[in-house]
Amino acid sequence: MSVIHATNENFNEIVLGSDIPVLVDFFATWCGPCRMIAPILEEIAAEHPEYKIVKIDVDEEPDLASRFGVMSIPTLLVFKNGELISQTVGALPKARLLAMLA
Amino acid sequence: MSDMMKIYDTVIIGGGPAGYTAALYAVRSGLSTLVLEKFSPGGQMTQTAQIDNYPGFHEGIDGFTLGYQMQAGAHRFGAETEQTEVLSADLTASPKRITTDAGEVYGKTVIIATGADHRHLGVAGESDLIGRGVGYCAACDGMLYRGKTVAVVGGGNTAAADALFLSRICAKVYLIHRRDSLRASRIYHEPLENTGNIQILWNATVETLHSEQKLTGVTLRQVKTGETVELPLDGLFISVGQAPNTKLFENQLALDKNGYIISGESTETNIPGVFAAGDVRTKALRQIITAASDGAVAAHMAEAYLSATEVPT
Repeated sequence: MSVIHATNENFNEIVLGSDIPVLVDFFATWCGPCRMIAPILEEIAAEHPEYKIVKIDVDEEPDLASRFGVMSIPTLLVFKNGELISQTVGALPKARLLAMLA
Repeated sequence: MSDMMKIYDTVIIGGGPAGYTAALYAVRSGLSTLVLEKFSPGGQMTQTAQIDNYPGFHEGIDGFTLGYQMQAGAHRFGAETEQTEVLSADLTASPKRITTDAGEVYGKTVIIATGADHRHLGVAGESDLIGRGVGYCAACDGMLYRGKTVAVVGGGNTAAADALFLSRICAKVYLIHRRDSLRASRIYHEPLENTGNIQILWNATVETLHSEQKLTGVTLRQVKTGETVELPLDGLFISVGQAPNTKLFENQLALDKNGYIISGESTETNIPGVFAAGDVRTKALRQIITAASDGAVAAHMAEAYLSATEVPT
């Protein structure tokens, strides 16, 4: 699977309605640490069909950013069965991202 | 990771300008070369949108692109990269053993190019409030404080640049500095003083962070009088310098009091076959070009070490 870009309109369907664990990355195109983890997220999306990787551009989706209190990017959220399981800030290595989803 | 135990001529920890220059020089001199990097290439450069002091790019280049190009240059000659985090290293073993989150790798030599990271202020609750009002990257998070009141702590070039950057987004920017003059270059002084919504708070240190779910303000202490004053804030950007990434090696390598690996221009450390390149070592000037320079030297020294120690079979 590839990385999915979500918006305020389809967030509930794509993230909350997912029957597999979802990693949501709040990012911006101009943010260094966000760009640093982008290839890792793409790798996870390609290698792990059992997870859904979703990206949300905070410049495009300020409502979603404020809904989840995003004050720093990247902010990474994990949802399982529509519930927010964990929320972390800053770039994380691949193994730690996978551990969050497991 | 391969199931056969592959021993590289050199394993390079860190994929910034020092690491990938070392990789380029090592692989071009015939050494089998592996770079271990936990994120995308570039290291601290990736945080800089416009680099104007690395020669050869007369209109500047963004750090992220430069990082990828340095990696691509090394890969072109056969250097390899594994995207993993190093968990521990046995630098005196033979071969030297490095444990990553994906398994173990072995090198006859190791080049440490782990760089540096932002230093924490060391105030109680700081780590808990990261991403909830406390930040280290104004360029990253500034936009999320549009119209708000923020403060920058520090007195160097980064703090000055951050304050100016934030002044264009935020309603009010305080610059908190523990001395009565800035260490930042002169070119910043006038803009800082002439920007209406920047206020410099001299001789002040952050004593306490206040929060309710997120940061609400700080208590400042006046260094000279000992007086304390409350400052309500939406955001606090900490810009108090760098700290080297040497925690993994502190029991094996000789470090100076600030944690930098003690090493001269030869990049040699106290352990034979282990070299330190870039911001991670003791040096006078930490720049992309001096990191790249170190990388070239370290690769050369690693090759010389291998030639001297390896018995032809």
